[in-house]
Amino acid sequence: MSHLSAETLGRARDLVALYPHRRSALIPLCHLAQEQDGWLRPEAMEEIAGLVGVTPAEVLGTASFYDMLHTEPVGTYVVAVCTNIACMLRGAYELLEHAEDHLGVRAGQTTADGVFTLEDAECLADCGRAPCLQVNHRFFGDVTPEGFETLVADLRRGALDGEVPHHGTLLRVRRTGGLQVEPSRVEAERAASAGAAAGRANQGGKG
Amino acid sequence: MVVSEAPRIVTSRIGFEDSHTLVRYLDTGGYTGLRKALTMTPEAVAAEVDGASLLGRGGAGFPAGRKWSMLRKGPIPYLVVNGDESEPATFKDHLLLEKDPHQLVEGVVIAAYALQVARVFIYIRGEFALGLERVQAALNEAYAQGAVGRDIFGSGFSVDIVVHPGAGAYICGEETALLESLEGKRGYPRIKPPYFPAAIGLYGEPTVVNNVETMSNLPWIITNGAAAFTALGEGRSTGTRLFALAGQVRNPGVYEVEMVKTTFRDLIYAPVLGGGVLHGRELKAVIPGGVSAPWIGPAQLDTPLGQDEVAALDTMLGSGSIVVMDETTCMVRAAWRITRFFWRESCGQCTPCREGSGWLEKILRRIEDGVGREADLDLLMDTCDNLAPGVSWPPQQTTICVLGPSIPSSIASAIRMFRDDFLVHIKEGGCPHG
Repeated sequence: MSHLSAETLGRARDLVALYPHRRSALIPLCHLAQEQDGWLRPEAMEEIAGLVGVTPAEVLGTASFYDMLHTEPVGTYVVAVCTNIACMLRGAYELLEHAEDHLGVRAGQTTADGVFTLEDAECLADCGRAPCLQVNHRFFGDVTPEGFETLVADLRRGALDGEVPHHGTLLRVRRTGGLQVEPSRVEAERAASAGAAAGRANQGGKG
Repeated sequence: MVVSEAPRIVTSRIGFEDSHTLVRYLDTGGYTGLRKALTMTPEAVAAEVDGASLLGRGGAGFPAGRKWSMLRKGPIPYLVVNGDESEPATFKDHLLLEKDPHQLVEGVVIAAYALQVARVFIYIRGEFALGLERVQAALNEAYAQGAVGRDIFGSGFSVDIVVHPGAGAYICGEETALLESLEGKRGYPRIKPPYFPAAIGLYGEPTVVNNVETMSNLPWIITNGAAAFTALGEGRSTGTRLFALAGQVRNPGVYEVEMVKTTFRDLIYAPVLGGGVLHGRELKAVIPGGVSAPWIGPAQLDTPLGQDEVAALDTMLGSGSIVVMDETTCMVRAAWRITRFFWRESCGQCTPCREGSGWLEKILRRIEDGVGREADLDLLMDTCDNLAPGVSWPPQQTTICVLGPSIPSSIASAIRMFRDDFLVHIKEGGCPHG
């Protein structure tokens, strides 16, 4: 019995087919699994391992390197407040402290009702609107403490459902027009890079 | 203060609400550069880019044309676009990805044609959800329009472009780490040599890696010619460049200005640009070129924004980010926050970086918290010396990539320029800024 839904699996196979080597799809597939479950469940990592041809431990070992991939449950909304230099100079720590007080959690924690996970984030590259934050990777800029309370209230009553999708949803735009890569080319690329790797191995690992 | 009247090369469309759509793009001259390129030989397109002396806009400033010519002797399987913009206070590629994705796509196809590459991956920082969507939507439109895919505009040239999301790791902006990440692994930078992915890149094959802004310049260069591009700027720094102005200025934002013809002072104070320091305060220091760059002070503001001009100050233009810190800024806190960033983002492969970043963060934190000792200043510099012997610029390398040896830049700048700030914390047992 597959943990990933038929739809997720279908999208996953389309993604795998985009790359000359299956493993390249590992991170995009982790995003897909998060889109389905909200976080990266062990069952999902096991299936991803099978899809890209590595062990489940390799999926976990890779995923755990990346901040966006959550191998523990998170809230419905992951609120990431940037505190890096540009935002700090414009009140980010005051905003983060206010967020902690307002939500009743510390950065890194999830509210008891499971709705909000608060994060102390590194630069999100929206410094023209500092201090900024992201909710499920959607940007909000020039955020004041009062603005933060309004944002939280809006999220709670579903007023931002159109703008802020479920946690883990990255692209709502699908690649269209079918796969543009000819399967014969993928095979040729795989053979070529396998040949190149073998050539380097024969040189005693130099290069 | 004069702001040069240079044309806007990469931000001409961003004022339009629908700047990201194919309709607007075609209405404003979109894809004419590509159509022109396809009537030229690939060698002629590459020569045009080489002639423009377009310096890479990612941070290292390596000429794009030369990067290409290292490769053009044999077949190149892959072109990878670096859209992993993560250098703190750098947010120019973010703008280009969201506001003008077709310009990027057109530039990428031009580059692919010049290099005769059939396969492109655009690696975009995972946090840029909207940017990812916009680029994917633009690609869908471009495929439908015949601008990407098989037999582009009937030329016989074909290329496929795949959008690849990152997942949150600063180090993946380093090109060899990016390639590891694109191969589905941890973003561990690769041991050098080889210094360039040109030799061994994606899947061990020759690969060109170029930045988003670099690619976005290509449609204009091909349409208007290399001479029009080199007519802008001065010396090695040709064309215009995007500067991400942040921190304590009235109008933070991304500004496209002519290289060398604009100074730090112009950018920060011109009413049509930065508009001056926030609340009319005095400027205390500026971080040019990303947090890996040594800082400059008020006396250096008349330096032109050019690669060599800024390098002469023993710092760099780097990623094009400029952070303004005003007289109220606690420099201990600023150095601490930047160091905390490096500590959190160190990939952990090399001891000097993995351990040194944590040491430095702890020492700076205790000074900021008022429990530092005067000997801590020497300890900081000694630890910096272990990361980058001599603590000079450019830093001496001790690690696989430049992340670790970049850490001392802000700490050494803060101590050298504002030693008294540190001493006040230590003597008074706390931060005077609260």
